[in-house]
Amino acid sequence: MQTLDMNDIDLRAVNATLQGAAGTDTEFEVLNLRGSHAVAVGLDAPIDVTLHGSAGYYCAGMNKQARITVKGSVGPGAAENMMSGEVIVDGDASQYAGATGHGGLLVIKGNASSRCGISMKGIDIVVGGNIGHMSAFMAQKGNLVVLGDAGDALGDSLYEARLFVRGSVKSLGADCVEKEMRPEHLDLLADLLQRAGMDAKPEEFRRYGSARELYHFKVDNAGAY
Amino acid sequence: MSDQHTPRTMPRQSWTFSNEINSEIRRAAATGIYDIRGGGAKRRVPHFDDLLFLGASVSRYPLEGYREKCETSVTLGTRFAKKPIELKIPITIAGMSFGALSANAKEALGRGATLAGTSTTTGDGGMTDEERGHSEMLVYQYLPSRYGMNPDDLRRADAIEIVVGQGAKPGGGGMLLGQKITERVAGMRDLPVGIDQRSSCRHPDWTGPDDLEIKILELREITGWEKPIYVKVGGSRPYYDTALAIKAGADVVVLDGMQGGTAATQDVFIEHVGQPILACIRPAVQALQDLGMHRKVQLVVSGGIRTGADVAKALALGADAVSIGTAALIAIGDNDPKWEAEYQELGSTAGAYDDWHEGRDPAGITTQDPELMARLDPVEAGRRLRNYLNVMTLECQTIARACGKNHVHNLEPEDLCALTMEAAAMAQIPLAGTDWYPGKKGF
Repeated sequence: MQTLDMNDIDLRAVNATLQGAAGTDTEFEVLNLRGSHAVAVGLDAPIDVTLHGSAGYYCAGMNKQARITVKGSVGPGAAENMMSGEVIVDGDASQYAGATGHGGLLVIKGNASSRCGISMKGIDIVVGGNIGHMSAFMAQKGNLVVLGDAGDALGDSLYEARLFVRGSVKSLGADCVEKEMRPEHLDLLADLLQRAGMDAKPEEFRRYGSARELYHFKVDNAGAY
Repeated sequence: MSDQHTPRTMPRQSWTFSNEINSEIRRAAATGIYDIRGGGAKRRVPHFDDLLFLGASVSRYPLEGYREKCETSVTLGTRFAKKPIELKIPITIAGMSFGALSANAKEALGRGATLAGTSTTTGDGGMTDEERGHSEMLVYQYLPSRYGMNPDDLRRADAIEIVVGQGAKPGGGGMLLGQKITERVAGMRDLPVGIDQRSSCRHPDWTGPDDLEIKILELREITGWEKPIYVKVGGSRPYYDTALAIKAGADVVVLDGMQGGTAATQDVFIEHVGQPILACIRPAVQALQDLGMHRKVQLVVSGGIRTGADVAKALALGADAVSIGTAALIAIGDNDPKWEAEYQELGSTAGAYDDWHEGRDPAGITTQDPELMARLDPVEAGRRLRNYLNVMTLECQTIARACGKNHVHNLEPEDLCALTMEAAAMAQIPLAGTDWYPGKKGF
């Protein structure tokens, strides 16, 4: 395992090393993050990276292939626009976790703040705790699984993303409705929970999705916005 | 005297309730929905036409038109980027999306820009291979929707443009109607085929200049600090937007006035929100100067640039380059009178056709219909754009030489006068025949 200590090297050196990783070195740990922004961004190799401590904005942004574990909490925009790979956050996540993510798996073991999964485009997000208001706003594709509760306006203006919540939902956003949990959804959920290492039964969740009433702009829907 | 000989007042149309306004009232009453269209502001606003160059005189000697050199090159992104963009001409092609435009149109823009030695720009919807393949220098827009956004395209771009706003609709998002959402367009945007696709009005993972600074840091870290980072703003508060973009770490500020086009937005938005580009340039330049960054952070302006004279005037006011969108589309065939019969069938006429969002463009430019698209030959259209860019450059050089400048960047406000009070006030250029403009200190 290669150790990158941010007491000794700067952000550019850390990211350049991780972005250039290929071949022999496949395991890295980063020490003394002290809340640095944009740590472990733009990685594109099947490597394991462990970040010891909490990170600032955009931790693991645009990740491809890499498995990044954060032994702490993360600031806004964690794993934003992730394409593939895995990002596991042991603590909590601030706003916009997994925003616009196209693929891969984001696991937040603690809580996630508002707008978790905003505009998600194929990413899978599993949150062990609660999520804040306006989560999955305009979410297009992928799955958001929440073991705790969801805040106001869940799934507002949702497209084809699937939302699974075990706890309460304070309110649903425009065009988001509860939907039948069919066998294929239980299978999907079981797989996601297993991959995320979460101990929960799929049967305990409710499924939410788009009513698809706002897919075409109609003046009669103006009151929905 | 009989009634038939009594003089009558001529029927008088109301200026307030003009035929045009009345037709819109009737349309709104019939449909219950606002009008959506493409393009930029159509109303008359103070513009570059309201400025004139003074030319040479006893105290200023000109350069020989066909002999002495007048440089036109410009480098964008000299502040932080390891690989700034080197353009042969100070005219770039503005961001326009694949989806709003056909693949052939995007290819034509790339071909024309490359032949002329300048850059073109992606738009909402991501980067196409046609566009990348035919554009020697391609600016990749980083938009609120993040449709098609991915790190591979970020890295194969030559520059990144973070779009905060655009002149046609500062503060507005977009709507690409289902008629234009083919399988390919939908696939690039991760959305179902045929639905109306909303583009967000603000970014999903940052708000405000402090966040923007961190977002720029992230993009630089992902791309190894190689690419120039532009920040594009609409003509809202040009002094503060420019200052904040500089503070956030931009290499280039792109400033788009209300005449700048859009693929589809409410007419009321286009015509009533934002400022003309003429009113925006001097405050932006002032912000650059106040921060000691003029010519270090480059300023690109757009919105109604049509001729080499417009280019020269924008540069004289302090811009480093200009960007064209609508003019480029016209150059490759948009609104060409040869399609007049079809424009008439669509209820419009050549020069006025702006229902770009409906996807039925007879010129094959603002459409995804395969039969209509096939009407646009990207090679020939690319040549036309090249020719147009060359003409604008020659015109700009002609004026610069007449003002005694051996580089178009040496044009300056002192070379100009204003024809109207409004233009004088907005551009802070003396009214013709005076040494005064409204607001000038000391008067």
